[in-house]
Amino acid sequence: MIDKIVPDVTAALAGITDGAVILLAGFGNGMPETLVKGLIAGGAKDLTLVANSGGRDAGPTAEILASGQCRKLICSFVRPDSVAGRLFAAGKLELEIVPQGTLAERMRAAGAGIQAFYTPTGADTLLAEGRETRVINGRNCLLEYPLRGDVALIDAWEADRWGNLTHRESARNFNPVMAMAADLTIVQSRHIVPLGAIPPASVHTPGVFVHRVVHIPV
Amino acid sequence: MFRPLDRVGIAARIARDIPEGWFVNLGIGIPTGVSDHVPIDREVIFHSENGVIGAGPAPAPDQVNPYLLNAGTQHITLRTGGSFVHHADSFAIARGGHLDLCVLGAFEVAENGDIANWARSPDEQVKQVGGAMDLAIGAKRLWVAMEHITKGHGGSRIRRACTYPLTAKAVVRRVYTDLAVLEVTPRGFLVLDMVDGMTREALQERSEAELHWT
Repeated sequence: MIDKIVPDVTAALAGITDGAVILLAGFGNGMPETLVKGLIAGGAKDLTLVANSGGRDAGPTAEILASGQCRKLICSFVRPDSVAGRLFAAGKLELEIVPQGTLAERMRAAGAGIQAFYTPTGADTLLAEGRETRVINGRNCLLEYPLRGDVALIDAWEADRWGNLTHRESARNFNPVMAMAADLTIVQSRHIVPLGAIPPASVHTPGVFVHRVVHIPV
Repeated sequence: MFRPLDRVGIAARIARDIPEGWFVNLGIGIPTGVSDHVPIDREVIFHSENGVIGAGPAPAPDQVNPYLLNAGTQHITLRTGGSFVHHADSFAIARGGHLDLCVLGAFEVAENGDIANWARSPDEQVKQVGGAMDLAIGAKRLWVAMEHITKGHGGSRIRRACTYPLTAKAVVRRVYTDLAVLEVTPRGFLVLDMVDGMTREALQERSEAELHWT
């Protein structure tokens, strides 16, 4: 019997090593806050964090960055006046800024086996300096490579024991695409439901992309 | 004497020009207010890059859904007919030419349609790109909403060439400022409209690029 449900956060996060690349889903909501607290408690170091933004002064992204466990942050923007902005200014955090659509697409590519792609996004900007560009169909395009995670931390509304997931409204955001882009995809789900309870056509993230699920009721 | 539009006035002026049926993304800042001025019976579908198709106005305080945010992380509602997608699909919409219109704020626009809206200097260490570069290259039309001159040193944001780092090259179709509406044409900026009381001379004085009138 396939059963991806694990009893607690410690079991869910077991095996995360120093130096891991962590994909952290969420955009204002849909962020797996309890898993982040567990990651902080677990103490893994030298992490590369991939998230939409560097966050503010409070919240999961700020907390994991403030813990000093992250060597590098890959995201689409950082507020200068934030934990991430100040760590970067102090030379304590490496930063790779990626346009938001390119960030999502690089992870989708990783999940889809695409080895590289060209996009006009960012091609005529400072972000393209020193990188390979090419004119395709008359447009200047920038070469981008997939962005794969060792671990993805995912938030869901419902999950079953196969790891099929639903997400609430705009809390879906990066969750399905990060789930497909990591070697170990760990989910915190508000509800655990019996196999078959999610209508097949209503699964947002299929269990094939999910390895572990922990029930976090609130 | 002329009276400049305030930020709400710029948003309202843009809303007048959006026809029924368009699929539209609104950036942070002045553009966010545009949807407030599109009457509900004019069916314009608003996209928010965190995966919302059919974004509606803010909810009543007792109707807030904590799972429903826009790209500025403000609480919103969903219009009947709206839907949700994940982030990669949402940016496929933005990058794949599916938006009839995107309206962005900017620091500067150049007469060839270059836009600068994410950094005030090449040395700015902390970068705030977000989704602007994706939206700028991907929408069928890019309009910009901004004040005509900067508040600080009074320099014109309507330029022959941008002085700030580019967001994208040759993509802006139209600029709505507090003073005028300018179309980007192969010859440069063509003035489509001015606020009441504005003169050609006064508008040109406030524009670093040469303006065209016909």
